Amino acid sequence: MTSDLVVEARGLNHWFGTGEARKQALFDVDLALPRGSLTVLMGPSGSGKTTVLTLLGCLRSVQDGTAQLMGHALNGASETELTRLRQRLGFIFQSHNLHESLTAMQNVIMGIQVRPGVPDDLARRASERALGLVGLSDRLEYLPANLSGGQKQRVAVARALVNNPAVVFADEPTAALDKDSAGTIVDMLKRLGAERGTTTLLVTHDNRILDRADRILTLEDGRIVSVKGNA
Amino acid sequence: MSRLLHWIFGRMPIGWLQLTHKRGRFFAALSGVAFANVLVFVQLGIMNSMGTATLRPYEFLSVDIMISAHDANALAEGSNVARQWMLQALADPDVIAGTGLLIGNVPWNRGDNSITFTTFGIDPGQPAFLAPEIARDAALLQVPDVAILDRLARGLTHDEAATIRPQTPLSFEALGRTLTALDTFSGGGGFGGDGFMFVSDQTFLSLFPSRSSAAPDHILLRLRPGADVAATVARLRDLISDPTLRIRSYADAAQEDLRYQQTQRPTGVIFGFGVLIGVLVGLVIVYQVLSADVADHLREYATFKAMGYGPRFFLGIVVEEALILGVLGFVPGLLVGTAILVFMGTVTALPLAMTASMAIMVFVGTVVFSVLSGAVATRRLAAADPADLF
Repeated sequence: MTSDLVVEARGLNHWFGTGEARKQALFDVDLALPRGSLTVLMGPSGSGKTTVLTLLGCLRSVQDGTAQLMGHALNGASETELTRLRQRLGFIFQSHNLHESLTAMQNVIMGIQVRPGVPDDLARRASERALGLVGLSDRLEYLPANLSGGQKQRVAVARALVNNPAVVFADEPTAALDKDSAGTIVDMLKRLGAERGTTTLLVTHDNRILDRADRILTLEDGRIVSVKGNA
Repeated sequence: MSRLLHWIFGRMPIGWLQLTHKRGRFFAALSGVAFANVLVFVQLGIMNSMGTATLRPYEFLSVDIMISAHDANALAEGSNVARQWMLQALADPDVIAGTGLLIGNVPWNRGDNSITFTTFGIDPGQPAFLAPEIARDAALLQVPDVAILDRLARGLTHDEAATIRPQTPLSFEALGRTLTALDTFSGGGGFGGDGFMFVSDQTFLSLFPSRSSAAPDHILLRLRPGADVAATVARLRDLISDPTLRIRSYADAAQEDLRYQQTQRPTGVIFGFGVLIGVLVGLVIVYQVLSADVADHLREYATFKAMGYGPRFFLGIVVEEALILGVLGFVPGLLVGTAILVFMGTVTALPLAMTASMAIMVFVGTVVFSVLSGAVATRRLAAADPADLF
C-alpha cells in the first residue's frame, strides 16, 4: 500500500432537512484513504455510513468541513466537476441497479463508455473480460430478468470495475452473494488495489470479509468511534 | 434496428431498448401516435378537399378580372352586380371582353337520388370565357333549355353520365322546366351542391324568373394578351364609381374565397380546430408515454448519473425515444389515414385524397411534437437522485 492519500476528509459535518426539522447526520468526521487500500466502514443503521459514502462519492455537496478526492477539492465543486469526477469512480450498490432492458454485456459497457471516445470494440472486449473475471462469461447476452440475484450483483461489480476506477465506493456489495462469490469479489478489489492502486471504501455488515480489510472504521451516531488496522 | 440506431446516434440505442423491452406498451404507444396522425390526416384531408372544392368551379372559367358585390365572399354568395359596370369597364383599353355570370342552385328531384346542381348561366356566344372542356359545347348551349352536366356529380351514376351525348340526350325536370343534357364535363361534388351544370344565360333566366340579366352575380372581364392584370384592376377601381364593389384579379378572387371558407365559414373553423386537436392529442400521448417511461426507469437513470453520465446523455435518450415513437407511429397513421380518405372520397364524391405535401407536413409536425413532448418529459429526470440509491 502506498502512502499517498486518494481520499481525505477533515471535520466533515452534514445536516439533513431545514428549520426545526434539521438533523445533523455527521459530526466532525475525519477520514483518509491511502491509495490502493481497502477500507471497511461499519456501524448500525442511521450511523451516517451512507452519508459519508455519498459525500466522498461526489453524490452530495459538502456542507461543512473539507473533502478532497484524487487531489480535487469537493467543497464548492460545480455539478459538472462532480460529474466528471464520478466518471473516474466505481459504484457498487446494495441493490444491483442494473438496467432491466440491457443485457449483462450492455450493462457493463455502460460502465466503460461513460468516458467519451471509447471505441465500441474496445468496450466490448473490456466488458467481456470484466464479466469473465466475475464468472459470468456464459451469461453475456442475458437480461437481468434471467439472472439470479447473485449473478446480477456480479454484473454490477463488473460494471463498476470495468472502467479501472481510481476509487470504488461499495454499499453492501456482498449481501446477495454466497461465501465463495463474496470472497472472490473482495479479493478482486484487493488485487486491484495492489496492482492498479484502486482504492476501495466499502460499507458492510458482512463478517466474512472483514479479515480482508486494511482498515475498519466504525461509525456511531455520525462519529467515528473506532479505527482498526493501519491508520 | 439496434444497429441502425447505434449508427445514427453514435451510442447504444438505450431508448430503443427501453421502449421495446415492454412490447405491449410500445405497440400501444405507437397506436396512440398513429391515432393522432389519423385524426390530423382526416381533418387536413377534409380541409384540403374544402379548398379543392372551393377552387374547382373557378377552373371552369377563363377570366382575368372579376367584379363582384361587396358581400360576395364566395362565388355563389353575395348580392348582384349591375351590368352597367361591365360597360364602364369596357372603356379601359386593356379590357377586350366582358360578360355576366349568373349562379343558382337547380334541384333535379328524382326521389332518393336527387341531385342539386350549382348552375352557371353564361352567354354561350362568348366561349372565350369558358375552360376548353366546356367551351367546346358552347354552341350546344345556344339552344334554349340545353344543359351541360357535371359527370362527377353526386347521385349521377357513371353509366348515366356515359350515355349523355348530343345523339343520346338526357331530359329531366327542374324548377318547372324540361332541361336536356347534351354533354358532360368533369366537375366534382362540393360541400354546397352535388355537382355543377352549365346553361345559357337565357335558360338560366327561364329557370329563375325573378332574376334579371341586368344584375348578374358577377361580371367577368378578359384582357388583351400581355396586359398587366394588377394595373388594370387598379385603373378599374378608379374608373368605376361604385367604391363598394370588389374588383379583383380572378386569381385573387379565388384565393380570397378559399381564405373565407377556411377562416370564416363554420366548416373551415371546425376542421381547423380538428387539426389542432389532433396535434394536441399526439403531444399528450407521446408526453404520457415518455413521462411514464422516465418514471419507470428513474433508478436506472439515477445509477447512470452516479456513474458520471451528464444531462445531455439523458436528454438524448428521451429524444431518441420521442423520435422512434414519432417516426414509427407515423407510418401506420399514414396508411390508415390514406385508406380513410379514399373511402370517404368514394362514399361522398368529395375530392378527398392524401397528398405528398400533407404527408410531409404531418411527418415534420409529428417529429417536432414528439421531440417537444420528450423535452418536457425530461423534467422528471430531476427526480433521479443518485444519492437516493444508497
